[in-house]
Amino acid sequence: MADNAVDGDQPLLVADGLSKSYGRLAACRDVSFALYPGEVLAIVGESGSGKTTLLQLLSAQLAPSAGSVSYRMRDGVMRDLAALGEAERRFLFRTDWGYVHQDPALGLRMAVSAGANVGERLMAVGWNNYGRIRNTASSWLERVEIDIGRIDDAPRIYSGGMRQRLQIARNLVTEPRLVFMDEPTGGLDVSVQARLLDLMRNLVSELGLSAIVVTHDLAVARLLSHRVMVMKGGRVIETGLTDQVLDDPCEPYTQLLVSSILPA
Amino acid sequence: MTAMIDIRDAEKTFTMHLQGGVELPVVRGVSFQVRAGECVVLSGPSGAGKSSILKMIFGNYRCDRGRIGICHEGAQIDLAKAEPRQILSVRRATIGYVSQFLRAVPRVAAIDVVAEPLIANGAAREHAREQAGSLLRALNIPERLWALPPSTFSGGEQQRVNIARGFISDLPILLLDEPTASLDSANRAVVVDLINEKKRGGVAMVAIVHDDAIRHLIADRIVDVTSFAAAA
Repeated sequence: MADNAVDGDQPLLVADGLSKSYGRLAACRDVSFALYPGEVLAIVGESGSGKTTLLQLLSAQLAPSAGSVSYRMRDGVMRDLAALGEAERRFLFRTDWGYVHQDPALGLRMAVSAGANVGERLMAVGWNNYGRIRNTASSWLERVEIDIGRIDDAPRIYSGGMRQRLQIARNLVTEPRLVFMDEPTGGLDVSVQARLLDLMRNLVSELGLSAIVVTHDLAVARLLSHRVMVMKGGRVIETGLTDQVLDDPCEPYTQLLVSSILPA
Repeated sequence: MTAMIDIRDAEKTFTMHLQGGVELPVVRGVSFQVRAGECVVLSGPSGAGKSSILKMIFGNYRCDRGRIGICHEGAQIDLAKAEPRQILSVRRATIGYVSQFLRAVPRVAAIDVVAEPLIANGAAREHAREQAGSLLRALNIPERLWALPPSTFSGGEQQRVNIARGFISDLPILLLDEPTASLDSANRAVVVDLINEKKRGGVAMVAIVHDDAIRHLIADRIVDVTSFAAAA
């Protein structure tokens, strides 16, 4: 999706020397990068390479062993995530950030209606007019291609692809500036994956979102991201423009990943 | 008049780590300029590195040494050293690329595939689709196919969708990798017209064409890539 607008002179998020160890195991070592507004960054690598740990560090769900993450708040001030107060942190999680889990059951409330799942994020930021909440929720269901007739059904009785689209609606309804995605298409049928990817691609470019997407699927990285970081053993071993890294990989491990794709 | 593309001593080698680190030199000492309104055709046998040079100019292949100067928004930028963000900005505002094969996104209708570059540059969807429709019509893609994803199209139809997508924007530089390879003579003539129209509009072009007749019709200058052969 390399055609998307990537402007803005100042980074939205900056990781500086991020590391995380569990005892002697270094899950993530010395990761530094800057993410700019409107930019989609893919973190690729095989299982155990440290991708998800890095995503959790970046989204303040894990405290780093060393290094820091800074984020530009809506007032334009760059803040160290570790130094945020509880109210600011809540604001980020409820409004300014989205987090799309691989397993929709982690990001949704499975037993309440789809409309309530989307509406809940709005109520958390102070919306209280039922009619307005329901209208906004239904327009978001439409945007993610869920039949409005299913608004009162709980995601428990949705298909996997619908659950994932509902999770995306729930995340985007508060108009976040940054969305974290952990294997968003993992566990879905290929045909369902294609539909979801196309949908995410359009939403990201229409809304001018920044996103950090963890995936082991290089096709997902190619379709969604502007830039790629390849991880191995907790380190970033190669980084660059997505098509450059995938079409002209330099590191042995990246060449192995790229050459391991089965032809369609 | 200054050059839109100014390549100096560019060099590219592939290191194949999975084949025991064997080095595959592609090109070395690539130097040429292209001015606005000029079409330079790269010539040389298969494997001489023509496509690799185009990909280096587009920032798709890294350049190991040398300089790839591109006139971008009034200033010269060296793509060999540019940040990903700068390369994306160059692709949005300055360089278009018509690849040999269409890399179609699943599920997207042909007309939207063609309109997308305009929309990404801020054009209104309706206007972009009108432009896309008139290009598809000029390239003889029947209207009943416009709403279908091009993955089901024939090779020649896909290539024409690809050409329409590449020609829709008004970018000052256009790179063409065998744009006429899988087309019949009527559609080749259409592409030659499109290229000449771009030339009159001041677009700087670098093209690879194997067909001698087409080459004579579009080339202002021929750069022989065999002189950049890197084989030691």
